[in-house]
Amino acid sequence: MTMIFGIPLPALLGQLLIGFINGSFYALLSLGLAVIFGLLRVINFAHGAQYMLGAFTAYLVLAYTGLGFWPALIVAPLIVAMLSAVIERTMLSRLYDLDHLYGLLFTFGLALIIEGTFRYYFGAAGNPYPTPALLAGGTNLGFMFMPNYRGFVVVASLVICISTWLLIEKTRLGAYLRAATENPQLVQAFGVNVPLLLTLTYALGAGLAGLAGVLAAPIYQVSPLMGSNLIIIVFAVVVIGGMGSILGAIISGYMLGILEGLTKVFYPEASNIVVFVIMAIVLMIRPAGLFGKEA
Amino acid sequence: MTSLDHTSEIRSEGTDGTTVTPDRKPGQRDLSTIGFVLAGIAVVGLLVAPFYVYPVFIMSVLCFALFAIAFNLLLGYVGLLSFGHAAFFGGAAYFTAHAAKVWGWEPLSAILLGAGGAGLIGLLVGYLAIRRQGIYFAMVTLALSQMIFFIFLQAPFTHGEDGIQGVPRGYLLGIVNLNDPLNIYYFVLAIFLFGFFAVWRIVHSPFGHVLKAIRENENRTISLGYRVERYKLGAFVMSAAIAGLAGSTKAIVFQIATLTDVAWQMSGEVVLMTLLGGMGTIFGPAIGAALVVTMQHYFASMDFPVTVMIGIIFVLCVLLFRRGIVGEAIRLIRR
Repeated sequence: MTMIFGIPLPALLGQLLIGFINGSFYALLSLGLAVIFGLLRVINFAHGAQYMLGAFTAYLVLAYTGLGFWPALIVAPLIVAMLSAVIERTMLSRLYDLDHLYGLLFTFGLALIIEGTFRYYFGAAGNPYPTPALLAGGTNLGFMFMPNYRGFVVVASLVICISTWLLIEKTRLGAYLRAATENPQLVQAFGVNVPLLLTLTYALGAGLAGLAGVLAAPIYQVSPLMGSNLIIIVFAVVVIGGMGSILGAIISGYMLGILEGLTKVFYPEASNIVVFVIMAIVLMIRPAGLFGKEA
Repeated sequence: MTSLDHTSEIRSEGTDGTTVTPDRKPGQRDLSTIGFVLAGIAVVGLLVAPFYVYPVFIMSVLCFALFAIAFNLLLGYVGLLSFGHAAFFGGAAYFTAHAAKVWGWEPLSAILLGAGGAGLIGLLVGYLAIRRQGIYFAMVTLALSQMIFFIFLQAPFTHGEDGIQGVPRGYLLGIVNLNDPLNIYYFVLAIFLFGFFAVWRIVHSPFGHVLKAIRENENRTISLGYRVERYKLGAFVMSAAIAGLAGSTKAIVFQIATLTDVAWQMSGEVVLMTLLGGMGTIFGPAIGAALVVTMQHYFASMDFPVTVMIGIIFVLCVLLFRRGIVGEAIRLIRR
């Protein structure tokens, strides 16, 4: 058997794959956070709850209507996005003129309400969600065995990340969005409906979290608390990447997932904290984050 | 940089915080007199309280009130929202519990060890966190406290999920038996009053005035020649140490140190206590803590999830009630 640094190659590659999959979710979630933060200047603490909501919607849709993974992949993010749009319109939008910390505190309260309610009705245990039949089984890549669904997640997350990036950087809507980030008053004066843009942005970010939740359901099981610990890691990812660029959020998401996977191989005890340690190092060397612009 | 301001509504960035609100306008001196009278009544009330109310409950309120007061030193007076204060509260509880149980230390020295340990963790966390401001500061403190949570989860001396149980209350200075309900009550009250007075002194010292200046306008404070980061770090360490004092005392009172006290939910609870009571006010955090602890006590026996209740109060506070109870009261009196 091939060994690298005393570690069997298949074990190393297996952990790398797990790291890449975790990284896919970090990237999807920090992407959503960055999109929301870019325009609204709100750190969306409810992002983990919205991710959980996406997974639970898929689970409940399957349980009550029998609709499987593929319809859920579209329905669940839409439901999460619509709910979030209502919340943004009725409550969050009142906080934009205040210190940004209030947005954080509001979404924190929101996360507690959502997660607490689901925990009350569904308990803390995980509920299994079946892998879609089309992607059951696995493929032997020669050097390792790859479950098809996991390969699909990696590809899907890359596609989602790249298309979101294209949407924001290359389309007309994205141009409005970026302009509104720079100077909302001016864009409003040009006749663009900025409040609507804000609502759509929040819905888009929350929808991305919901989509990540559906993708996660077959891998991590569906549980009310699946988002709460993840969101803190994603916060650290965001601090490492810096909020400056969408691309930065995506790249640091994948990078940290892979680093975490590698840590599991070489020093498993530290795998829980490696992201935070890296955050501490980045703060010492480059406080604005790896891709951050502001000083 | 925007700042959290306790007397006026908080402005968005762009104004650059150039409007400095004075603590009180001329002819409003009487408010501090009211404060002293209320403080006197509160102290007398606390002295006789164990004869009327279940002492363990009041001790729990006192521990959390001190925790919130320590947290408010940072949020209310420097404008820094730490989302990781549980690390100091729960961390100190572990140190104290270990010292009292395994090393057999006398309770007061075990508590001081816990507070000192919390101050040390505060020095490390603060050193990193003050490199970022505003919303990032909150995220960095949250992430670092989560790291500390995992370290406590894995460190052998904390016994993981079980926590450190059966911590002896012991004999204060080798003489006073703290297993006696009244003895431990007055011991906890003394610690609370000491912590309260310490924060009051810090806030009203020249150091505290520089902190408030940083809260109002950091750039202007820098241009006046103050080494702002030293003041921030100093305040962070003091806040962490006093939060640790509260956590250590709780460990002695309840004879247990667990992961609950270091988890991020606890950091959120102390934010809520301070927000509900009124950040940047002297009495607000203690009142907020008393309300939240009472509410948890009440809801524990009901079929309604406490987390949801806490979330609802959070949302209501942020949307409708940003000054908190004491903040609103001050506004009404001054009108």
